[in-house]
Order: sequence, then C-alpha cells, then structure tokens
Amino acid sequence: MPPILQAIDVHKAYAAHVALNGVSLDIPEGSIFGLLGPNGAGKTSLIRIITQITGADSGEIRFRGERLNPSHIGHIGYLPEERGLYKKMKVGEQLLYLAQLKGLTKADATQRIKGWIDRLDLRPWVNKNVEDLSKGMQQKVQFIATVLHEPSLIILDEPFSGFDPINANLIKDEILELRNRGATIIFSTHRMESVEELCDNIALINRSRKVLDGSVRDIKDAFKTQTYEVEGKGRLMVIHPDFEVLEHKERENGHFYNRIRLHHGTTPNDLLRYLIGNVEVHAFREQIPSINDIFIRRVQETMPETLETANALL
Amino acid sequence: MDKIWLIIQREYLTRVRKKSFLVISLLAPLLLAGTTLGIAKLNAPSAPDEVAVYDASGLDLLSHLVATDEVRFVPAVGATPAQATAAFQKARPKQAALLVFPAGFTVDASQGVQLQANGNVSLNRQLNIRKAVNKAVGDLKLTRSGLTRETIDNLKADVELSAVNLSQQGGSKNSVGATTAAAYVLSILVYMFIFIYGVQVMRGVAEEKSNRIMEVMMSSVKPFQLMMGKILGIAAVVLTQFSIWLILSYTITTVVAPMLMKPAKAPVATTAAAKAPAAASAATATTADEAPALKAPQPGTSPNIWSVLDGLPIGSILGGFLFFFLGGYLLYSSLFAAIGAAVDDQTDAQQFMFPVTIPLILSYIVSINVIINGDPNGPLAFWLSMIPFTSPIAMVMRLPFGVPTWQLLLSAAILVGGFLFTTWVASRIYRVGVLMYGKKVTYAELSRWMFYKG
Repeated sequence: MPPILQAIDVHKAYAAHVALNGVSLDIPEGSIFGLLGPNGAGKTSLIRIITQITGADSGEIRFRGERLNPSHIGHIGYLPEERGLYKKMKVGEQLLYLAQLKGLTKADATQRIKGWIDRLDLRPWVNKNVEDLSKGMQQKVQFIATVLHEPSLIILDEPFSGFDPINANLIKDEILELRNRGATIIFSTHRMESVEELCDNIALINRSRKVLDGSVRDIKDAFKTQTYEVEGKGRLMVIHPDFEVLEHKERENGHFYNRIRLHHGTTPNDLLRYLIGNVEVHAFREQIPSINDIFIRRVQETMPETLETANALL
Repeated sequence: MDKIWLIIQREYLTRVRKKSFLVISLLAPLLLAGTTLGIAKLNAPSAPDEVAVYDASGLDLLSHLVATDEVRFVPAVGATPAQATAAFQKARPKQAALLVFPAGFTVDASQGVQLQANGNVSLNRQLNIRKAVNKAVGDLKLTRSGLTRETIDNLKADVELSAVNLSQQGGSKNSVGATTAAAYVLSILVYMFIFIYGVQVMRGVAEEKSNRIMEVMMSSVKPFQLMMGKILGIAAVVLTQFSIWLILSYTITTVVAPMLMKPAKAPVATTAAAKAPAAASAATATTADEAPALKAPQPGTSPNIWSVLDGLPIGSILGGFLFFFLGGYLLYSSLFAAIGAAVDDQTDAQQFMFPVTIPLILSYIVSINVIINGDPNGPLAFWLSMIPFTSPIAMVMRLPFGVPTWQLLLSAAILVGGFLFTTWVASRIYRVGVLMYGKKVTYAELSRWMFYKG
C-alpha cells in the first residue's frame, strides 16, 4: 500500500537549536505508526509541520503523493500533548465549532457528535461547560474533537497521559477501531513500552535525527541477539563451543534459569537438542528485545555520548 | 473565509450571550445618564456666593463692587476687622468669604486686601472676587479722573458675538456649545471603546493561549484567521452595544423624557445634547451680567433634546465616527492581540501594554487641548488627525466642527494603511507567540519574530 504520508529530508531550525535534521519517513496507510523518542527529540516539531501549524525550512511532506497544502487540513486530526478546550463553552457547542472549523457541515457534525457522545458516555455532560468536567472527561471530549471529522490521518501526541487505566483502555480500543476502519494513526510518545503492542511501524527520533524506522517485527528481528531463555531441571554444562551462557540462576529443587546466546551458525534446534540430552526442559523462548532496549542500543551505537541523557529521559 | 466567519460568530455569540453584556448594554446608558445628571445638578451654579465686605478705607468700595451670577457682596457686621471676622465666622456658611479692605487702602496703594475664609478659597471664587474688586477700583480711578458714572457706562463696549458656521448648509445656527460637547463625547466614546475592547481582544488571545487550545485551533485554521476572527467578532459586539445604546437613548429621550417632563434625562450618546442647551445658552449669552442662570430647557417647551443637534452635520459625524472608531479599533486591537499572543499570562502583559496605550491616552489629552481649546483646523490639529495612531480620536473630535472632505479622505486612507500595517506586524508576532510557552519575551525577541519564516 502506498504511504499516506511521506516526509522527505525535512529540516527545521529555531533560533537556538535544530529541531529536525534531514528526517525522512514513510507512513503506510492503514497502520498505527509510532513516532518515538525522548522529550525534545523533535517529535512535536515534525507533527507541527505535518499539521501545517509551522512550515519546514527545507524538505517536503507529501500527503497521498501530493505536496502538503491547506486542503489536507480536513483529512488530518490532531490531539496535541497540551490538551486544551474553551473552558466557558458547552461541550456540544465546542465539538460543533471545532468540527465546523474542520469543514463539516452543521448537520453532519451534529449527527456525528451524537454518536460519539453516546459511545463515550458523555450524554449527561453535553450541555455543561467544559470547565465543569473532570480532567478525564475533558480528555474524552478532546479525543472526540480530534476524530469527529473522520480524518484519514490521526495524530495523537501522548494520547494516554491524563487518562485513568479504564479510560485509557477505552481510548485504546477506539484507536484500534479507527484503524480497522481504515484510518492511519501516528502515535507520538516518549514512553516506548506503551506503544509496542499497538504500533505496526515505528520511527525512532533522537536529537533531531531519525535513528531507526521500520515495522516493529522487522526491527525486533534485526535487533535479536540470538539469546534464549531456558528454564528446567538438572545440571547444565557451563562451557560449550556452540553457545555461551550469559546468565545462570540456581533455583530450589535443582531448578535453573539460564540465558544462553548462540554462536554464529548454531540454530535454536541445536541448542534444544543439546538441552534435551542433558536436562529436563520446562521452558524455552527467544529473548526479544523491547523497543526501549533497541532504542538505547541504537543511540549507544550512533552517538554514545547521548546515552546518558537518553537514559535519564526514558 | 468560511472559517473566519465561524470564528467571528463564536467570538460574537459567546460575548453577546453573556449576562454581563446585557446588563452593561441596558444599564450603562441609564447609569451614565444618571451620573451626568447628578454631576450637572451638583455642578449647577446655585445662589451666588455671598461675600461680606469690611471696608476701612472710606472709599465706599461696597457700592462699586458689582454683583454677578457667581458672587454678590454684602456689608460686613462690626466696627473693627476683628469684629468683622467674628461676625463672619457666625454667618458661615451663608457667607462664603470675608473681604477686608484695610484702613490705608487707596486706589493707588491697593495693597493689603485680604480674603478670609475657612479653608482654601477655590481659584474660581478668588478670580471672580478679584475681577469684581479690580473693576470697582478701576471705576473709582475713572471717576477720579473726572468722568461721570454715565460716561463710564457709555464707554463700555458691549458686543454680542454669535458664531455662525458657514461650512454647513442650512443649519448654520448650531452653537459652539453643542459642537464642543459633541466633540468631547464622541472622542471619549472612541477612546473608551478602543481601550475597553482592545483589552478584551488581548484577554481573549491570552486566554486561548493559557487554555492551550491554541494548538488545536492552529491545526484547523491559520493564525491570521483566528486573530482577525476574534478582532472582527469583538468589533461586531461593540457595534451591537453601540446600537443598543443609541436606540435606548433615543427612546428614552424622545418617548420617556417628554412623559416625565424632564428632558435632561439623557443617556450616554446624548450627553452631548444634555450638555448642549446649557453650554449653548452660556455661549450665546452676552455678558456675565445679563446671562440667565444656567437651566435645563423649560419643561414642556423643548422636550426633544435631540433638536439641539439639528445644526450639526449628524450624518457625516455618525459616519465618520463609525469609520474612525472601527479603523482605530482595528489598529489598536491588532496590537493588543499581539501582546496577548506574546505573553504567557496577563500579568506579563503590562510592560507591553504601556507603549500601546500611551499614544491612545496622549492623543486624547493633546487633542482636547489642541482641538477643543485651540484651533480645530490648525496645523497641529491637522497632523494629529492624520497620524493613524492619533487620528481616530483627533479626527472624531474635529468632526463636529466640520472637516474639509479631502482631509477626511486622506486621513481615512492613512488610517486604513495604518491598520493594515499594524495587523501585518501583529500577525507576525501572533503566529510565533501563540505557540511559545514558558519564555519571557523581550522587545528584541518580538522584533525577531517578525522575520521568522513559515
């Protein structure tokens, strides 16, 4: 499927610092795309360029192959990290206003607001001023405002911050539902673990540069270290030419836990065969790196001096 | 364009639907009328001040001191100055002051005259009394030089001056009083409206910024649209309010007032008219001696106070007022919008408001001195009404006096250019400022923002 959005060598500098330094991205249509990176990496700058709040200094953004222009505003929905609504406006009126600004007709907007209000249990609050709502309620209203015009590209900046676990799950389900109905979602966050399960593709941004991108599966495959976790019972020989035990833990009743890395050319089956011959195997699984681990490793490889800052931020 | 229209609607409706809007729209005219009336009542010259005169000079000055509307003279009781003072103390507050001519007082050695009073004597009162004393001494000198009383009276010139404005067709009879009053009131309105609603624009922007809704808005509309939508929406609020005031005051003065037979009960827009009759009679009066007491028009005889405005070019005044008010409002409110966008919260706004409000306040104060008290068509008045920062007030102040058409058009064109320029400047600052948080903004910073790209 062709990408819904392409960023091509985007640069953006502010007076004091460079926010984006030659960032290129392809965001496949119909996917959930994680835009990851520590605070201040340049995520928000990129998003503001995509939402046409600011412009890039150089480079280009293409929306469905067309150079980004104001006609695309109605196709993009944006939930900024800093949430905000008109406090003195009624929930219903506010939604109507924001939807109309995105180009919906009054009738259409009213119809859709009704649907969303019921779905997210906001019915009793429609005629209340926003300032009378709890923070979680306000977040729901804001979420509705983001997706009301049925944008084909939805940009969510730290969407779960401020939600309690129940509402966070509710929103997560809505996000998946929107994806299933064909929308593309850009998910920006610095909390990497929260998006692993949701995202199909990710891009890692650090210090204004993209350090990694691709599908979550490919990335994890690429960063696999041929390490396996083994649990079982018996005594395992510690030194072997084909593999190396990274970690060995004795547990009660002769049980053990091992982390074993295969040497080049050895397959998991070779290890398994060896294990079966020597011990009683209870569990055998590949150790998959988390995105967080990958990010830290990647940063360490590319610019070791930033690792400390990255770690501090994560 | 659609989006600007939506924004205008929101800005307009949220403000007009507020209870406070209704209250101010309905109460302000009444309140202003009441205040004006109250001040007029309090200020209205009551009985003339009574000044006791103790004359030890033997010149019979008392008979030469001529009573006026403001002051009249009565003989002091007592044979010595001390007794006179004591008697005056008793007669207070019926007597306002005691005038003491010492024994050695002659027309040539006119020193040592004392004006005794409890507390300070107001400058106005002092001037009135001094005028009377000077006149009395002057009379005495003339008499001494051999002129009879009759000759002196005959010598005095008594010319009546009535101002006729030739530039207005037909209604050449308008009085300077009505014109001046109209000039005052219109320029106060412009000043007030620009200031009050300019600050509202600033608050609105600052509120959007601190609400953090700015980023959502920016992803839907252009900064310029949001800024102009707000400015125009609030302009519509002003016009609505102004219309309500105009209609209300017209209704009150033409329908209610005649019924009450109290024609002076005029709300804001007609304060001009309310002042006008008084000022008019003062202006057309000949000399102070003959001037009738300042009174409201006789009940029943002229209940329609709007008739005082008949001599004024109402059409061009109203049109000019609307144009220059709107122009001035657009010019200043875009600057206010820029301030609102540049600061994080309203307390920081003070330092930037200062340079914006100074020209507004100055143009009002200077205009009063130059135009109303000076020459409404003089060179300074001309320049004040050309510079776009002062012209909204200065030109409106000149309007009732009649302004040459070419000057009106030139000033209007400059004003349009002016607000296009300030709007441009403001939108550059606004665009950057609305998404800038947690940064203390300086003037140097603001000037850099103007040249940011994209």
